[in-house]
Amino acid sequence: MPEINLQTKYSSALKQTDGGVHERWRLIKDTMARYGVIAGGLGVIVAVVLIFFYLLYVVFPLFLSATAESVSQYNVPESALGKTVLLEIEEQNQVAARFTDTGQVVFFAVATGKTILTEAVKIPEGAHIVSFSQGSPINEGAVIYGLSDGKAVIVKHQYKITYPNNVRLITPSLKYPLGEQPLVIDESGAALEKIAVRIGDDASTIVAKIGDKIHLSHFEKEKSLFADEAAVTRTDSVLNYAAADVTDILIDKDERNLYLLSSTGRLGWFDIGDKSAPALIQSQNIVETGQKITSVAFLNGDLSLMIGDSSGLVSQWSKVRDKLNHFAMQKIRVFKVSDKAVISIKPEQRRKGFMTVDADGIMGIYHSTSEREMIKERVGNAQSVAAAISPRANTLLVQTEDGKINFWKVDNEHPEVSLSSLWQKVWYESYPKPDYIWQSSSANSDFEPKYSLTPLVFGTLKAAFYAMLVAMPLALMGAIYTAYFMTSRMRQIVKPAIELMGALPTVILGFLAGLWLAPLIEEYLAGLFALLMIIPLGVMLFAYAWHYLPKAIQQQIPEGWEAALLIPVILLSAWFAFTVSVPLEASLFHGTLRDWFKNEWGIGYDQRNALVVGIAMGFAVIPTIFSIAEDAIFSVPKHLTVGSLALGATPWQTMIEVVLLTASPGIFSAVMIGLGRAVGETMIVLMATGNTPVMDLSVFQGLRTLAANIAVEMPESEVDSTHYRVLFLAALVLFMFTFVFNTLAEIIRQRLREKYSSL
Amino acid sequence: MMKSWFKSGAPWIWLNAAAVSTSLIMIVGVLGLVTVRGIGHFWPSQVMQFNYMEEGKQPQIIIGEKVDTSITPAAMAKSTGFKMAENEETLVQYLIKTGNRDVTGSDFRWIQERNVKDQSEPADIMVVERREWGNFYGQLLEVKENGKTIATGEQAWPVVQARIEEALAVFKEIAHLEKKEIGAINYGLERLRLKQRKLELKNRLDDAAKQQIAEEKAGFQEQYKQYQAQLAELYQKIRRDRLVAKTENGSTLEIPLAKVVRAFKPNTMSLFEKIAHYGTKVVEFLADDPREANTEGGIFPAIFGTVMMVMMMSVIVTPFGVIAAVYLREYAKQGFTTRLIRIAVNNLAGVPSVVYGVFGLGFFVYILGGNIDQLFFPESAPAPVYGTPGLLWASITLALLTLPVVIVSTEEGLARIPSSIREGSLALGATKLETLWLTVLPMASPAMMTGLILAVARAAGEVAPLMLVGVVKLAPTLPLDGNFPFLHLDRKFMHLGFHIYDVGFQSPNVEAARPLVYATALLLVLVIVGLNLAAIIIRNNLREKYRALEG
Repeated sequence: MPEINLQTKYSSALKQTDGGVHERWRLIKDTMARYGVIAGGLGVIVAVVLIFFYLLYVVFPLFLSATAESVSQYNVPESALGKTVLLEIEEQNQVAARFTDTGQVVFFAVATGKTILTEAVKIPEGAHIVSFSQGSPINEGAVIYGLSDGKAVIVKHQYKITYPNNVRLITPSLKYPLGEQPLVIDESGAALEKIAVRIGDDASTIVAKIGDKIHLSHFEKEKSLFADEAAVTRTDSVLNYAAADVTDILIDKDERNLYLLSSTGRLGWFDIGDKSAPALIQSQNIVETGQKITSVAFLNGDLSLMIGDSSGLVSQWSKVRDKLNHFAMQKIRVFKVSDKAVISIKPEQRRKGFMTVDADGIMGIYHSTSEREMIKERVGNAQSVAAAISPRANTLLVQTEDGKINFWKVDNEHPEVSLSSLWQKVWYESYPKPDYIWQSSSANSDFEPKYSLTPLVFGTLKAAFYAMLVAMPLALMGAIYTAYFMTSRMRQIVKPAIELMGALPTVILGFLAGLWLAPLIEEYLAGLFALLMIIPLGVMLFAYAWHYLPKAIQQQIPEGWEAALLIPVILLSAWFAFTVSVPLEASLFHGTLRDWFKNEWGIGYDQRNALVVGIAMGFAVIPTIFSIAEDAIFSVPKHLTVGSLALGATPWQTMIEVVLLTASPGIFSAVMIGLGRAVGETMIVLMATGNTPVMDLSVFQGLRTLAANIAVEMPESEVDSTHYRVLFLAALVLFMFTFVFNTLAEIIRQRLREKYSSL
Repeated sequence: MMKSWFKSGAPWIWLNAAAVSTSLIMIVGVLGLVTVRGIGHFWPSQVMQFNYMEEGKQPQIIIGEKVDTSITPAAMAKSTGFKMAENEETLVQYLIKTGNRDVTGSDFRWIQERNVKDQSEPADIMVVERREWGNFYGQLLEVKENGKTIATGEQAWPVVQARIEEALAVFKEIAHLEKKEIGAINYGLERLRLKQRKLELKNRLDDAAKQQIAEEKAGFQEQYKQYQAQLAELYQKIRRDRLVAKTENGSTLEIPLAKVVRAFKPNTMSLFEKIAHYGTKVVEFLADDPREANTEGGIFPAIFGTVMMVMMMSVIVTPFGVIAAVYLREYAKQGFTTRLIRIAVNNLAGVPSVVYGVFGLGFFVYILGGNIDQLFFPESAPAPVYGTPGLLWASITLALLTLPVVIVSTEEGLARIPSSIREGSLALGATKLETLWLTVLPMASPAMMTGLILAVARAAGEVAPLMLVGVVKLAPTLPLDGNFPFLHLDRKFMHLGFHIYDVGFQSPNVEAARPLVYATALLLVLVIVGLNLAAIIIRNNLREKYRALEG
């Protein structure tokens, strides 16, 4: 756009002092219009700033640290009924349960500590409780009591929600999922010193330590079509394991893996897929010598063990598959929680977070994969005895030694995102090594979303790189020729034609790329490579031949029409390239070039790959670069070129040494703007790639860009969820990317315009 | 010789020229490709009958249209697993559209030329376009009315044509009743429900209001019963006739005429008949609703949605764009502020369109729309009215996106107006506003027009932001209809560009849908190229005019 300077300001000849209502009204209107227009003009800046700040406003909560505040503190309800062995909060944060070592369950109001209901677990006479454990914190809410006479009692705590008079009322109750009769675990009647249970829909597993033996009992319901009462088959086995010092027993939710932990720091991992023949897979020491295991818990999903030790470390151990497909427990990451022993670890139920309480009474909330410490606070005035975190992880209870229960509220919305989890390699559970992974959703409910933006940024840059590889030479060379060598008559047609190319909807380019070009390239891959060699060769040959044609023919077509002459030449070369490539491919590569790449180089081939995107997006970017670069070259002041030519330089020397040098800032800004366009292009990449977020440099592999990712996932993401905010972050990254390129380009262009006008 | 030629730099110039030629070939190639494929879709092609015998299998008859041919060299075919004889140099395969998806399970199949024993174009092959299961190819055997045969053999064809006409007329009536009349009743009932809820919320639902609502409801229900009776009658009528046809493998198939769109015999059609057929197909494409999950029929709702959205957007973007341009050219002192604004304009132009979509979804839909719902439509909660993507938000989002186009174009127009004109007006005592309004802006109006046209072209082709702020693959109702308040800004709509994406990539039967996508793409390209050419022509005329003014 030519710049016409309007530095001089005009003002009306109408005198301000002229009287009359009409005149005054005219002046008022004029002033109002002035302010209106100024507001409108500045509105453009406001719009840009608004977009930026709105994106920032949505993204910002991701990086806020969590907060926790004390709501109330009250005496332990019914403290006469025994010591607390377990605290639990139900889903709505209204009712909590306190399980005591005497077999009593006290339900109380979370906020006030008022007792709602006290119920005793049915323990047979003559026996007393020796061991206790929680089956799973999630859903079932089952606990097991191991008795002194070799029997065990399993109890579920349940909460029924009713709405009398439109007010929510939660009624707690106890239930016996395997019947009120205690289960006989040990026929000889020896005490169950340690116990663990897992209750599934159709099968339940109980593992107990009796003396120095570990005993496993499995109960499976045989579903029968006709009988109402399902028959239960029982499998018993004794584990071959030196169990004298086992302190903790954990069974995963599939009832396939059993973990035994000894106070000395030994972890024994059993495969209990076959309940009649449990197999020891691994037995290893998992804490530093001299340290002890002080607490242990599954992380949500039961794939990792969180192990707290006496030195204040919490380490995450998970099954990792090595190259030979063998699984072994490995330490994935470690949190330094405290200097004192970690006495309790409570996992969150919906995320991979966990709460720790150390011997000093300091509570911490962490998130495993993002490796963030969300909260660290002292709760209460004395050492902690028991702690609970609610299913939604927004409240917690801590009982302290001085007989108080502390009720805290937690605001911890987005623990799973941190700078390291967004941009660095993260070692996810059941992955063999740390990696960059984007996987935002899956059908599985305890699936952990993986938000690494790195593969998306990589994909974006890869697509942009190949697009620029196609577009830059074509657009810049085209701009040089059109602006400087082409006759003006042809230029009048060529320039709008190429700009029209930029107006083509990208959805059409993407559609053609995905459904027409991609299969075509797959079939004629060799032809495409032949094209790259044969077209320049053909052009050079033609040019050389033209040089030696008789002058009479040469003069028929004046200079500046070379491009038109070359059209048939290029078409012919292209046709030749494709015809030659077919037999060549067959004889040189023994079949197709694709197979050859795969067999010889191990390079796989996706039908919708970076090559297709490069060509299609290159097509979309050419007009942008061409148009701006052409303007920059065309507006190089004529006296510079004329001077150079007069001094004896050839037109090409003038071009390289004078014109390009002068116009280089403009060309640079053209490339910047083109790059900005390639980075943000959505539809072409969406349609022409497989949208797989892989990090592979190969030109034959697919990719997923930030923009395509937003288009694919945004409509399905829940408002204000972490996923939603991460997608906004992706948009913000795109915005900043293009903001930098565009601002830079515009400033350079403004400078260039001043330079030209001064020349 | 060669060396001096290289030294002169001529080869490099030729190479640069080649870049321009390549770009030109690419653009012409793309336009040509879309045109050829898009135009071809509606032409009734010949239906072939192949005698086909695969090695070691029974001979079979295949009836269908030849859609595609692929020629593979022997070596390549071998490596992909075909058995090739020694003397064969190439493997020729045809893609045949065999239709009859309800019989064979697929619409298309590849056959190898070497297995074709003979091929012919029998005159009696009939193509039936159906509302379900795609095309049918086969021979007409007889026509049945209520299960009784009324015509067979030669006589059956004219009878079928007449009966299809009848059935189509009935179908049209049914569609009118269901969509228009009953649709209006449902809309009225929904409004009544909302009215009642509104009164409830305001605690003003007294007996009088209740009675009034009940009466209105009864009125609607009465009407509904009437239509229901009419519909039952029509349905009975449309279900009366069936045609019986023979498929390629000899089995017979009964097709209810209620499901038939048209039947024709392409192999016996004359050129004029074909042209007429082509014409009706084009009209259907432009004016009808889509059928079979958007893979057949027309794209009228998509055209309508695009036009509505673009019009709404124009109304919003023009004043803002023009005001910003006027500020930059006529009011602002050239300096830091204008530089900043120019940077802002360039950024608005350069921000990826999908970011606008994200912004539109978050800011317009959830924040603005959510608040509007709370303030003005509490009765429809929890269903959102404006708090969900829709036409209004799509238009505003695209207005923001196309703002720089209008600004840049208008500014250029303003810059070209000679300052003598402004000076003259001001010297005669006009205020700045009057100068602008009465002389400058009218002169710059073609430039604004250019900007607007370019903005419309941009908006018509944009898809990514629309996917987030209001476009759907199938909208049950148009955003403009006969029910008060006629223009429904909260409704979702269909869009040509999104239609291409959706049908081309998300539909279950991509192969069958592809010709339709090409046709849609052609339409979109025609619209956009047309708009751009118009803009270029207006701009060039404008330049000529001002040159004359200055001279």
